[in-house]
Amino acid sequence: MKYLDEYRDPVLARRLLDELRRTATRPWRIMEVCGGQTHTLVRQGIDELLPAGMRMIHGPGCPVCVTPLETLDRAMAVAARPGVLFTSFGDMLRVPGTDTDLLSLRARGADVRVVYAPMDAVRLAAEHPDREVVFLAVGFETTAPANAMAVLHAARLGLANFSMLVSHVLVPPAMTALLDDPDCEVEAFLAAGHVCAVMGWHEYEPIAARYHVPIVVTGFEPLDLLEGILMAVRQLESGRYEVENQYVRAVRRAGNTVAQDAVRRVFRVTDRAWRGIGELPDSGLELAPDYQEFDAARRFDVGGLCPVEDPECIAGSILTGARLPTDCAAYGTRCTPRHPLGAPMVSSEGTCAAFHAAGRTPTRSTA
Amino acid sequence: MNIQCPTPAHEEEVVLLGHGAGGRLTGELLDQLVLPAVGGGTGPLEDAALLPGHPGLVMSTDSFVVSPLFFPGGDIGSLAVHGTVNDLAMRGAWPLALSVSLIVEEGLPLAELRAVMESLGKAAQDAGVPVITGDTKVVGRGAADRLFINTTGVGQRHELLAPSAASARPGDAVLLSGPIGLHGTTVLSTRENLGFEGDIASDSRPLHRLVRALAPLGDAVHVLRDPTRGGLAAALNEIARDSSAAVEIEESAVPVPEAVASACDLLGLDPLVVANEGCLVAFVDADAAEDALTAMRSLPEGAQAVRIGEVLREGQRERVTLRTLVGARRIVEMPLGEQLPRIC
Ligand code: SF4
Repeated sequence: MKYLDEYRDPVLARRLLDELRRTATRPWRIMEVCGGQTHTLVRQGIDELLPAGMRMIHGPGCPVCVTPLETLDRAMAVAARPGVLFTSFGDMLRVPGTDTDLLSLRARGADVRVVYAPMDAVRLAAEHPDREVVFLAVGFETTAPANAMAVLHAARLGLANFSMLVSHVLVPPAMTALLDDPDCEVEAFLAAGHVCAVMGWHEYEPIAARYHVPIVVTGFEPLDLLEGILMAVRQLESGRYEVENQYVRAVRRAGNTVAQDAVRRVFRVTDRAWRGIGELPDSGLELAPDYQEFDAARRFDVGGLCPVEDPECIAGSILTGARLPTDCAAYGTRCTPRHPLGAPMVSSEGTCAAFHAAGRTPTRSTA
Repeated sequence: MNIQCPTPAHEEEVVLLGHGAGGRLTGELLDQLVLPAVGGGTGPLEDAALLPGHPGLVMSTDSFVVSPLFFPGGDIGSLAVHGTVNDLAMRGAWPLALSVSLIVEEGLPLAELRAVMESLGKAAQDAGVPVITGDTKVVGRGAADRLFINTTGVGQRHELLAPSAASARPGDAVLLSGPIGLHGTTVLSTRENLGFEGDIASDSRPLHRLVRALAPLGDAVHVLRDPTRGGLAAALNEIARDSSAAVEIEESAVPVPEAVASACDLLGLDPLVVANEGCLVAFVDADAAEDALTAMRSLPEGAQAVRIGEVLREGQRERVTLRTLVGARRIVEMPLGEQLPRIC
């Protein structure tokens, strides 16, 4: 396709692949943390063109996938209440909760709407003073600033009918949790360019130093990924472990300090359970005490939730890169995008969905 | 399991929006519910049907429920004409006559209805096809979304053309008459105020003249299809399935306008799956490919016609593959249902 040509040039891509083959003397294992990068790697088939033995490990960076089941069940309980206008990003609508998903709830009459920005939810709240407008705020550091701004805006407007169900997650604690696992195979990381555009990369420097692991801040286009992988391999080959920036066109070391300030004002760091992975200390954001009036979890008492995961789903092993979707017995048969058993089959950024969309089968997966 | 934790009760399934999106869900609904009920035959589902007992005549019907009613590049009125004209054209037919049926929601400003109908009339006139019958119903507020239009058309086949989704053959060249993704991204962008509206316009237009230009190639034209709902991915998958063909396209050859690409990037949509209303794919004999491209390029609606791939002589049948920019191969799946914009 003829677009964003500079970052999708086939000739340059081949040159980078050749260079990678010349540079890599060992079958290195590199994790791309971000689901958007998993999506590009699998769609473009980049992981299948890497030098023999070298492997990309697909990380836990799909915000849809790691949102706890409990949060989803709570979201659906809130959305089903009369008078509630429930808003969310599109791909949250299909994620299976214990019993159902938001899309099915909508088909049965709940007022569930897709929004493209949290500010749209605030606007809906202003337009419908008689309704309780709830926004499901999930995602990594990337989406947190816009969500923080939305809360600040709602506060400024004095909206009493707007609230958020917050389940933000943070990347660095997930990386250290993976590295602390004695079975961890990851030898280098590609850090997500979008996350670093907000947060900068100084947070990654202590991780690289402590675990002796190269970290390359990387963009999302095919050439970004190839270059990021090459930079990581160069570090590995020469025994360096630094934070490097491939995504110079968008990322500065300090990140976007205005955005960071908004996040710091509205949210505070908390422990968070990641779906499929479990509780990670200091790995999430929740509303700070000053803004708790906007907390939908407090506003709506939905009673005892009983989240039950599908026993077949091995999402935890998928999200930590320990196994591939094609290792899952349900993949492509009982679990498909039409009837997902687990979250990684839902969002286009989920590893299972990315594999499925690219038509990967157990025999045809070399990733 | 304790008393507060009952086994999840899976309720009766209901119709989802995705059932109407032209992908796998739509196929399931047709195969399992609609076709059995009307005694629909087996065989490929074509854009238009041959009229039994009347050789050369084809018929097609389509309902238009687009929101908003007006968008850059078109409106529901002209779309209702183009959609049915194109469905007839994809069976190699020239449109003879249309019927128009309106379902209007109470409260729709007459000025809007007038604007839509004027546009519909003009589109029919421009396409050279008379509207010969119709119907108008008004339903209560909330029973419809402002205005729905159904158009039915009858067409006459060009003498030598008999394209069918089941007729692709190994070695065929896969041609595309113009860029993809314009209609779907325009409508989404206009509906949701995404800010791309200034840069994009729908490609809605009639394609019957393009088909007429291909008529001299006769039976070298094997398949014609306009990739509407479900986009290029759905159209190619249907052809691959119905023809039992291995279709391969080259990513770098598929024209995606910059603004479509940006909108899709922002929303996490795949341009291959986004709806079009003004381009067609043609599977033609490899020997006739250049002539077909020249014929298409002689008309404004085919000015950007390109060859995007071929039917492989060896390869997995009923599969569509894509050669990616970096040179890997990937399978292009039949889209599932509604595409949902992603999160970040
Ligand atoms: S294929 Fe489905 S069931 Fe298996 S791990 Fe992925 S999401 Fe879970």
